[in-house]
Amino acid sequence: MEMLQIVRADGEHDSKLEPTLRGEDLRGMYRHMLMVRRFNERMLLLQRQGRIGFFIESTGQEACQIGSAFALARSDWVYGGYRDPGICLVRGVPLKGLVDQLMANADDPNKGRQMGVHWGYRDWNIVSISSPVACRLSQAVGTAYAAKIKKDNIVCLTSFGDGATSQGEFHSAMNFAGVFRVPVVFLCENNQYAISLPLRRQTASANIAVKAEAYGFEGVLVDGNDVLAVYKATRAAVDKARSGGGPTLIEAVTYRMGGHSSSDDASKYRGAEELELWKSRDPITRFRVYLTKKGLLTAQDDRRMQDEVDSELVSVIRESQKVPPPPRLSIFTDVYAEMPWHLREEAAELEREGGS
Amino acid sequence: MQAVNQTLRDEMRRNGNMVVLGEDVGRDGGVFRATEGLLEEFGAERVVDTPLAEDAIVGMAIGMALYGLQPVAEIQFMDFIYPAFNEIVSELAKLRYRSGGQYPAHVVIRTPYGGGVKGGHYHSQSTEAYFVHTPGLVVLTPSNPYDARGLLLSAMRSPDPVIFLEPKRIYRTVKEEVPAEEYLVPIGSARVVQEGEDVTLLSWGATVQTCREAAALAQAEGLSVELIDLRSLLPFDIETVVRSVRKTGRVVVAHEATKIGGFGAEISAQINERAIDSLEAPILRVAGYDTPFPYALEGVYLPSPERILRALRKASSY
Repeated sequence: MEMLQIVRADGEHDSKLEPTLRGEDLRGMYRHMLMVRRFNERMLLLQRQGRIGFFIESTGQEACQIGSAFALARSDWVYGGYRDPGICLVRGVPLKGLVDQLMANADDPNKGRQMGVHWGYRDWNIVSISSPVACRLSQAVGTAYAAKIKKDNIVCLTSFGDGATSQGEFHSAMNFAGVFRVPVVFLCENNQYAISLPLRRQTASANIAVKAEAYGFEGVLVDGNDVLAVYKATRAAVDKARSGGGPTLIEAVTYRMGGHSSSDDASKYRGAEELELWKSRDPITRFRVYLTKKGLLTAQDDRRMQDEVDSELVSVIRESQKVPPPPRLSIFTDVYAEMPWHLREEAAELEREGGS
Repeated sequence: MQAVNQTLRDEMRRNGNMVVLGEDVGRDGGVFRATEGLLEEFGAERVVDTPLAEDAIVGMAIGMALYGLQPVAEIQFMDFIYPAFNEIVSELAKLRYRSGGQYPAHVVIRTPYGGGVKGGHYHSQSTEAYFVHTPGLVVLTPSNPYDARGLLLSAMRSPDPVIFLEPKRIYRTVKEEVPAEEYLVPIGSARVVQEGEDVTLLSWGATVQTCREAAALAQAEGLSVELIDLRSLLPFDIETVVRSVRKTGRVVVAHEATKIGGFGAEISAQINERAIDSLEAPILRVAGYDTPFPYALEGVYLPSPERILRALRKASSY
């Protein structure tokens, strides 16, 4: 299976394959990628300083997130993963919404109910993320099915890692999607590792994209560090789904530059050489070269954008830190639509006792 | 069974967003015939025969619910629900909470459960306690056709996810006329099946029928039993239970699930916390033995009227 690549690691591109995007959009993509990179660095730092409890980096996977999200319409739905803060940002979630979630404060739309990186933003059709890695796939199929029978012209994008493809529910969901021919796009961000285990411990298959064939729909292999390739492949899959052509599995080949999470030390299980190789394929560096060559970005623009991103991060972190934690009694709300007697009783007890 | 079928049909007529999905629910009408005739009336988009995979049946139902449909999923036997356990306990039950109220997922999961049909352990177990132990779920189980209709309607109109356990032993053995008009049996309300003075007998599901027999045997011995059908296990009706315990001072809980960690233990603890001053005897449990569900010895395993009677005698003579 051939891998779609438009911008090579050195920034050279194949102009026959370039998608039609306005300069403004291309610069927007680049800015979002910068933001995701800096967001990751800053949040990991905050975690190290003990200011947020937990973090999962997505450094190296900026092109997967930004390229795919740019291919969606406002009304489309996303069942994403914890390495997808960039998808949230492109869809319009304010940076503060992400930082509030990590700080689990009272402004977090998820009310501080989940550990960091478990995004969920109804206003932008980003469904609450779960830690188990494949259960969202069948949920995405269900939403796509519902939209289809309601004759709403929307598409569901669900993203997951290479590890998720080992789960039984990857199979069930792909199978259901094929049988019901629903408007869903499966985006596998193959970052080569599931915590410590390399791809070869997840599958003996030549690649992941080829698995789609067994379910009766198309699989596509793309360079996941090439934002234009990811955009183009996702856009084609989204357009196909929207016009009734059914599901697609996209495998975006990328690399997890950091550890699995803030609790992980990747040097235990992989060498520096490998990391260096992937650094040379960095998604941001190559896109910068591409934009510069196209005359869409000067060194000065680049510096200005980096400064903007940094100062936005600083001010948002400052704002989020001022927000208090969720009120104690909110522990009992949203278990059910209305609080049943046993929770009212526990709430009254907590209130009466006041302390911890 | 007819009560379930008619209630599904009525609600699908009333609510255009309602869909049913599961294995063999369409052309076959369900292995117990619960969905018979629905495909013909409502079409294949709303009566969805799915591939054979419980995890994706529940996952798909969740996705449908989040998009505004009202799915009623059938899991063919409760013994096959476990591939979907993660979708039920970590996804369906927790979505409202973990999303801060942004994504409530209202799914009803109907599933036949319980023994007494010579089904062996893959077609007989009662594992309601797993689900009662999961905040966010509503767990209901009717013991008769009247409640089946009224509770199922309440389940389908509840904003919360519901595990609706259908005791398959009474699917065809208990027959009664059920009103054709709409009525709701409220979630969280127990039913006093018969009033009595000497011992409170608590049960649910198919065991309620066994308890009626036990209560009749006790009556012949001059022992007056107050039989309560909990029918809503989460939330459960503690008021009705405590009111009865205050009157009788003696309690037997009977269920066909295994005893250790069974829901009877929870009821017993709740009574202890609230009404120990009224108790005149230890709370006794009659349950399935703490073994896997047997096949040849099913009749030994299931609580019988005689076993329940022995517990009633013991409680009353303590």
